Amino acid sequence: MADVKLRDIRKSYGATEVIKGVDIDIADGEFVVFVGPSGCGKSTLLRMIAGLEDITAGTLEIDGVRVNDLEPSRRGIAMVFQSYAIFPHMTVRENVAFGLTINKVSKADKEAAVANAARILQMEHLLDRRPSELSGGQRQRVAIGRAIVRDPKVFLFDEPLSNLDAALRMDMRMEIGKLHQDLGASMIYVTHDQVEAMTLADKIVVLKDGQVMQAGAPMDLYHNPANLFVAGFLGAPSMNFIPVSVTEVGPDTVTVSSPSLDAISVPRKGRDFTTGQTATLGVRPQYLRPVGADAGMLHGTVVLTERLGSETVVDVKLANGSKIIAALPQDMVMSPGEAVSFTFAPDQAHAFPE
Amino acid sequence: MASKLTTSNRAGWGFALPGFGLIALFIVIPFFFAFYLSLTNQRLISPNPTEFVGLSNYENLLSIGVLTLEPERDDAGTIIRDDDGLPEYPRVRSFTRNNPDFPQYAGMQEWFRWQSGDTAKVVVATDVVFWKSLWNTVKFVLVVAPVQAGLALCLALLINQRLRGINVYRAIYFMPVVVSIVVVSLLWRFLYSPDSGLLNNMLQGLTFGIFEPRDWLGNPDTALGSIMAMSIWQAVGFHMVIWLAGLQTISPMLYEAASIEGASKWQTFRYVTWPGLRNTAVLVLIVITMQAFALFAQIDVMTNGGPLDSTTTLVFQTVERGYGKQDISGGATISVILFLLVLTISLIQRFLTRER
Ligand SMILES: Nc1ncnc2c1ncn2[C@@H]1O[C@H](COP(=O)(O)OP(=O)(O)OP(=O)(O)O)[C@@H](O)[C@H]1O
Ligand SMILES: [Mg+2]
Repeated sequence: MADVKLRDIRKSYGATEVIKGVDIDIADGEFVVFVGPSGCGKSTLLRMIAGLEDITAGTLEIDGVRVNDLEPSRRGIAMVFQSYAIFPHMTVRENVAFGLTINKVSKADKEAAVANAARILQMEHLLDRRPSELSGGQRQRVAIGRAIVRDPKVFLFDEPLSNLDAALRMDMRMEIGKLHQDLGASMIYVTHDQVEAMTLADKIVVLKDGQVMQAGAPMDLYHNPANLFVAGFLGAPSMNFIPVSVTEVGPDTVTVSSPSLDAISVPRKGRDFTTGQTATLGVRPQYLRPVGADAGMLHGTVVLTERLGSETVVDVKLANGSKIIAALPQDMVMSPGEAVSFTFAPDQAHAFPE
Repeated sequence: MASKLTTSNRAGWGFALPGFGLIALFIVIPFFFAFYLSLTNQRLISPNPTEFVGLSNYENLLSIGVLTLEPERDDAGTIIRDDDGLPEYPRVRSFTRNNPDFPQYAGMQEWFRWQSGDTAKVVVATDVVFWKSLWNTVKFVLVVAPVQAGLALCLALLINQRLRGINVYRAIYFMPVVVSIVVVSLLWRFLYSPDSGLLNNMLQGLTFGIFEPRDWLGNPDTALGSIMAMSIWQAVGFHMVIWLAGLQTISPMLYEAASIEGASKWQTFRYVTWPGLRNTAVLVLIVITMQAFALFAQIDVMTNGGPLDSTTTLVFQTVERGYGKQDISGGATISVILFLLVLTISLIQRFLTRER
């Protein structure tokens, strides 16, 4: 019903280009999350879709119609802001009904729509309060309610949960997920938070410096990152990168080695290598397993341990001075200075050419 | 707590002292002094000792009454009419001078009258000039407060845009504020001048000579209006800046939210801008009201209260009596009345515009 297409979208402020040609396809009913480091242009991109920023070049289509020059209100979108942007002098009821009041919808229809939104968000008891009498989570609920009432084709969220505390963020995250299931509308969601991205998204778009680094299903990005940036960006703690040199290139594998690592063949995944070039080997901390000193592939000494209960994160200094992190799936006691060795399955490692 | 504040904070009190001292010296003490003077018969310079006269100053100023005049009838009981067919009435003097039947009207003068059927109602007051100055002041406030506040808001809304060269406009609108009101009044006297004044010339030019030049400040019908117009123009920039400050406290996010919901310009103003300006509006209204009640310099420079007391105001009367006529207790009485009036109105405004 409402797919969104971005074709070579660009945005410049004066001479500086902040969005540098972005192509994204969002299918009807899809939940898409934009992630990326601060300042990469996530908000700008979202605001361009909303119509709050002009599009310098490229084509934006919603539901098959080019909407570059349409007013925000005529694009069939609703937006939820990080700082809620609810009207402080109106009650919750008036806030939620704002779009309908503006469009002179009849009182009965208005009340039905508000009641429906309040039921979905479980905030019937809050309707007569003012925003100053609400908690942060309740305010964000009001903002979402206002979006629901518009019955938009596409919901836009700009870091809606980042002003909330950790516990509330988790609740609201689940509610937004449920909302997506219930409403079945397309949603575009900007966040810094990896967990939000991984749990909510049908598709994650990783941005850097105004360009798309990779777009795809969360697990696809996690297991098959297309480049070093995506590999390092997704997953916590982030992926270990070990500088290596290529010793042999096979049809499906590439063999790499380094002074602190014995030769190992890892999947090539279609990337081009030449023998002798330097490359980077990536291994997620979770895939490192501690082994006896003679069996391991990586040898070093413990610098720091963080015991999280279900997991132990160990900082290890390798023989050649570089550092790696291992996340071990149980509570373990390791004291600083202790010698450790790790191994990993070659097919869980990634090789990226320089 | 209080003792700690007074003992252990010498430096703080030391710093506050000059400010407190000046406020006490020039505002608090004079106010109580004025209140005291209003209860006496003190003259500015007089050989006679000061006497305590109670509230008689207030009585003189405030006493007012309505006299009902029956038309004169001849012996047959029919109303005597003049050549225009209007009924004739006994003279007001016959009630207010040496008439033992109406002691309450003794010494009063006619302020204005109106007709009710064949009887005439005459408002008489002991101090007609005071009542005229009160009425002029109230008229001035009632016109200037809303018009100046509204105009200033319109200007602020226009100015609050990101356009090239907008600062030039901000400066232009603000400029009259930094010019002394006396200078502005002198200049406007030239503008309003009856023969060669700019206003007359301009209106004549615009109407191709149909417009009759008039003496704006010399005519009781136009004098107060002319001063109102000039006063509004002079201070509108000041209030524009206050509105502007209020406008800039409104989160841009709210405007974005409203635009996504499809609010028109007017709806955006009604639902976002105006509610966000609530506190500013209270401030602007109270400040304008107080300034308007204090109207003096323009009158002093431009009309001296005339013609026919049509532009005299409470503050002008205070100064006129206190220094011009050396009746310092009379002036003090008016200033106390003005104080109570402004205080009451400010309290009412605060109450009406309170946060609900
Ligand atoms: N009005 C503007 N004028 C000039 N540059 C701007 C403007 N707005 C944003 N930028 C630049 O555009 C880039 C992208 O900004 P944007 O707000 O989209 O980042 P973001 O990815 O949302 O960051 P964050 O995660 O911190 O919210 C930044 O480098 C910023 O400096
Ligand atoms: Mg942002």
